[in-house]
Amino acid sequence: MKKINRLLAGLALASLSFWASADALQIRGMAASCSACHGTNGVALQGMESLAGQKKEDLQKKMLDYKTGKKPATLMHQLAAGYSDAQIEQLAGYFAAQKK
Amino acid sequence: MLRRQFVRTLGAGSALGALGSLGMLSGCASTAGGKGPKVVVVGGGFAGATAAKYVRMWSDYSIAVTLVEPNASFISCPMSNLVIGGVKTMADITTPYSGLSKNHGVNVVRDMVTSIDADKRIVKLASGAELAYDRLILSPGIDFMWETLPGMAKPGAQDKVLHAWKAGAQTVALRKQLEAMPDGGVYAMSIPLAPYRCPPGPYERACQVASYFQKAKPKSKVLILDANEDVTSKGPLFKKAWAERYQGMVEYRGKHALTDVDAAGNTLKFEFQDDVKADVLNVIPPMRAGAIAVQSGLATANKRWCEVDFLSFESKAASNIHVLGDSILAAPAMPKSGHMANQHGKTCAAAVVALLTGQTPNASPIYNNTCYSFVSAEDVVHVASVHSYDPVKKTMVTVAGSGGVSKAANELEGRYALAWAQNIWADTLV
Repeated sequence: MKKINRLLAGLALASLSFWASADALQIRGMAASCSACHGTNGVALQGMESLAGQKKEDLQKKMLDYKTGKKPATLMHQLAAGYSDAQIEQLAGYFAAQKK
Repeated sequence: MLRRQFVRTLGAGSALGALGSLGMLSGCASTAGGKGPKVVVVGGGFAGATAAKYVRMWSDYSIAVTLVEPNASFISCPMSNLVIGGVKTMADITTPYSGLSKNHGVNVVRDMVTSIDADKRIVKLASGAELAYDRLILSPGIDFMWETLPGMAKPGAQDKVLHAWKAGAQTVALRKQLEAMPDGGVYAMSIPLAPYRCPPGPYERACQVASYFQKAKPKSKVLILDANEDVTSKGPLFKKAWAERYQGMVEYRGKHALTDVDAAGNTLKFEFQDDVKADVLNVIPPMRAGAIAVQSGLATANKRWCEVDFLSFESKAASNIHVLGDSILAAPAMPKSGHMANQHGKTCAAAVVALLTGQTPNASPIYNNTCYSFVSAEDVVHVASVHSYDPVKKTMVTVAGSGGVSKAANELEGRYALAWAQNIWADTLV
């Protein structure tokens, strides 16, 4: 059943391509970039943090803290620095809406 | 029957209150035929496989995708230096293509494309079959410019002097040469002028070979002969590793432009310097876009690399043909890396879905690169960057203030590097 839920969620997400605004497509593309390390739609395999289904505020705070250097990191501070605060909020909102 | 599609079709059918006959369901699950748009992807590396998966996902599984790939399974170049160093096996770096077919309904065809008819929108395969496309995504990787090294055309030369720059049989063969080399021998690697696939790869390989020698044959040497003036990526970090971890074992020589190879005599020849003789020669030749792109007239930059529109990765030389990965003329500071190829695949997939459904591709792509190199069996250094589209320059540029490298090699990033590999292989292929 869990699998089916994930598939239906995937369907809803994929369907963005037909109905979503240009902004939504831009955010989906930006978020997909993170998936190389954090898993397709933010569901990671072991050893990387899954972003899917985390609270938006938590994700946003973590990224902003990486960006300002408040949160120590090996490389996330260098990646976070490449995104505006508005983009970070969009990414946080996107991954918060994904199924775990 | 594809489970994913079966479920999707069921869901859609129920929503419409018109759950149909078995015939209808199997018709929907078919990927090869049908009236919908067709995408053909050529090459199942990081870029091509990712594009195939994401075109399916982002079209709600409505666009048929055929992936043409000659290899039975995906063998990762990233992490392949660990096989050469004896830390990983080929099985560790191999992923089947079945995830793409089972999970996403990609029609995976084990074949080679021999020609492209851009007017008729057809690719011809070595088997004689033809595939029609609405959009063609070409991701042929790199091929070697053997004509720059005449001696490598001699019989047996390419079996003896290996590149091991396409992970596979040569990865294993180079490992065997190193195992067979007596203690006190010299391993010499030649690096071509940039751009080439995986900028830090040769230097990581030098570390892996040195790490193996240190354990198994401590009197041996690693000699790096680089056509570039200096180390092209993570320079201070690699030099520190050679000086501190492999003291007296690794020697780096820049500005060594290789002009020829005497395979029988185990000798490298250079433009200005004396010949170098070594026990194991590892020649990474100059590269260009994969042969199918060059012969199709797509390699418009110096007949080596394919110029593309970075909003869609559509070729500047042919419409309806997109080119991805290591074969493109990269944007400034954009490396030819597996991670970057994965990002190309997604950007292109989104644009192809948009174009085939009457929408406009995203005008502001932004993506990143992350690249880990093992300086020993456990310790790793990274380079990372963020790239966004500049509408004035019409290319991707690095975002000011982003990116950087590790402060020092460390074991924590060694664990992240292994997790990176597992995750990007899954994102690309599962």
